[in-house]
Amino acid sequence: MTFRRKGFDVLKGVDLSMQPNVQASVFLATALLLVVGLDVPTRAANQPSDSRSAVTVEQASDAASADPDQAPERQGVVLGSRSQTTIASLTIFVLAIFVGFEIITKVPPTLHTPLMSGSNAISGITLVGAVIVAGHSGGLPWLGMVAVALATINVVGGFLVTHRMLSMFIKRK
Amino acid sequence: MDKLLFIKIVYIASAVLFMYGLKRMSHPRTAVRGNLYGVLGMILAVAATMWSDDVDQVSWIAGGIFGGAAIGVLLAYLIQMTAMPQLVALFNGFGGLASVIVAGAMLLLPGNQPSTSEWVATALTGIVGSVTFLGSTVAFGKLQELDLFKKSRRLPFPHLVNSLLFLTLIGVSIMMIYDQNDYLYVVLVLVASLLGFLLVNSIGGADMPVVIALLNSYSGLAASATGFVISNNVLIISGSLVGASGIILTRLMCQAMNRSLVNVLFGVMESGGGDDDDDVYSDVTQTAAEEVAMMLEFAQRVVIVPGYGLAVAQAQHAVQNLGQLLEEQGTTVEYAIHPVAGRMPGHMNVLLAEADVEYEKLIEMDHINPTMNTVDVAIVIGANDVVNPCSRTDKNSPIYQMPIIDVDKARAVIVIKRSLSPGFAGIANPLFALENTSMLFGDGKQMMLEITAAMQDA
Repeated sequence: MTFRRKGFDVLKGVDLSMQPNVQASVFLATALLLVVGLDVPTRAANQPSDSRSAVTVEQASDAASADPDQAPERQGVVLGSRSQTTIASLTIFVLAIFVGFEIITKVPPTLHTPLMSGSNAISGITLVGAVIVAGHSGGLPWLGMVAVALATINVVGGFLVTHRMLSMFIKRK
Repeated sequence: MDKLLFIKIVYIASAVLFMYGLKRMSHPRTAVRGNLYGVLGMILAVAATMWSDDVDQVSWIAGGIFGGAAIGVLLAYLIQMTAMPQLVALFNGFGGLASVIVAGAMLLLPGNQPSTSEWVATALTGIVGSVTFLGSTVAFGKLQELDLFKKSRRLPFPHLVNSLLFLTLIGVSIMMIYDQNDYLYVVLVLVASLLGFLLVNSIGGADMPVVIALLNSYSGLAASATGFVISNNVLIISGSLVGASGIILTRLMCQAMNRSLVNVLFGVMESGGGDDDDDVYSDVTQTAAEEVAMMLEFAQRVVIVPGYGLAVAQAQHAVQNLGQLLEEQGTTVEYAIHPVAGRMPGHMNVLLAEADVEYEKLIEMDHINPTMNTVDVAIVIGANDVVNPCSRTDKNSPIYQMPIIDVDKARAVIVIKRSLSPGFAGIANPLFALENTSMLFGDGKQMMLEITAAMQDA
């Protein structure tokens, strides 16, 4: 828990005088608020004007999967919430790239291989998309399963091999 | 609480965990926990997705997850550390292909009418993901030294072919977005795969560290683009983190080789003429293991400069043994690591860590060079181009201005090598003929064992 001492230039010079754990939770809470704040207004502003509003898409999807029971309550991550504007997504994308640059430049060359395999495992986050495809009975679940399997190899293999390497660096301690 | 909002907050938590996990990668002591934060983030994101109303059946998901996890565990435990670059290439490829499939399958999801920007994102995922997939597959083949990929074959007019393919991709993308035509996605994927194949197939083995770092970046960008397709922030954030990480490593690798990315991807590494080798090597001093052992006994500070040849000879443990012996007699032992010493960024550090070398002793090039003149004995094992002083002096050399480890400034240099043959750059190394350099010809591991034995006898 050393993000005040090393890196996180935003916080440099600001003496928060808190226990490290408190710092971590404050950091988390701030990040939560920021992203929720970014997200909620766009949803509100967007829904009335969007011709393909969430409801329309939901109805269409439910008609196709012939499942009237769930129709009104259905709140999917994808089909129920196509509300974020592209510009909001782009904003998040650009900011995350900057955060990435800030974080990654501080990783020492000694750890570059574990960094690659670890970040590689994180890029397997596309598993979330694969799960949606495989879990949707109306689509092509078998194709989704292939994607789930590929992404899982990426995720599980990546994290495990990273763990294996990192343990080698500290085993003598 | 609104279920959808709750799921989105879980996604944010998981994105923060990824960021915090990568943050902790900044020190070996904190990195293990950092990696576990990443695992936790992934579990949260997947669990939230499974809980959402988009998922109304779990059998296909379970099948994919169990199958994939079994293969992943096997690969992660069976892989040799020397083969790490191949494995990362393979994983990159799988991630890229998964993104391609997800973006394509989303088009066919009933009731899903993608907006124009989502079509654009789908096209981008298709292009980047396919290039990543087939590019990584070829990189895997080259690193694994499969016969099929052994030669870096070049097409006639490679630039023309690649440019044409690229223009085709743009054309197909525009048509697909304009017509909202699902079928063109398949065409897009096929053409992009071909481009990925051709791009990586023409790149030589020495440039693989750059290629892997770049493909790493692409696999992240593909995941990010998929995030735009399904409007999911956790994909956008994690993907761009990985994208940024890959770009940084690519840049570092390019700097370490003193070449631009464009030059690595499209250029030809010109080989220096071998005709003046004999002139350069007219005055080479040869030595024997016993002599080296004697030198080491009186040395105060020894620096070992490993190259990939060390891993090929499987000499890591032998080197570590010698290092330990030297330390027992009170000598300072350090390992000077050039950024491209292995076959991927940081590879050499992992190989030495596997052989129980403490990470504090692994010194970066920039940190060790200023004190190189206080080194009594520098042992170069399995490295060549990264210690070639030509890069400082010879303006005509293909490696001119490439950063090197300045072993020639040490009081004595031992180069352990099978012969005087050139390294990847194909040029002679004047270091071998320097006054303070002695050549110890032979297999790296064998020589290490002989030196160690000679020291123990003394």
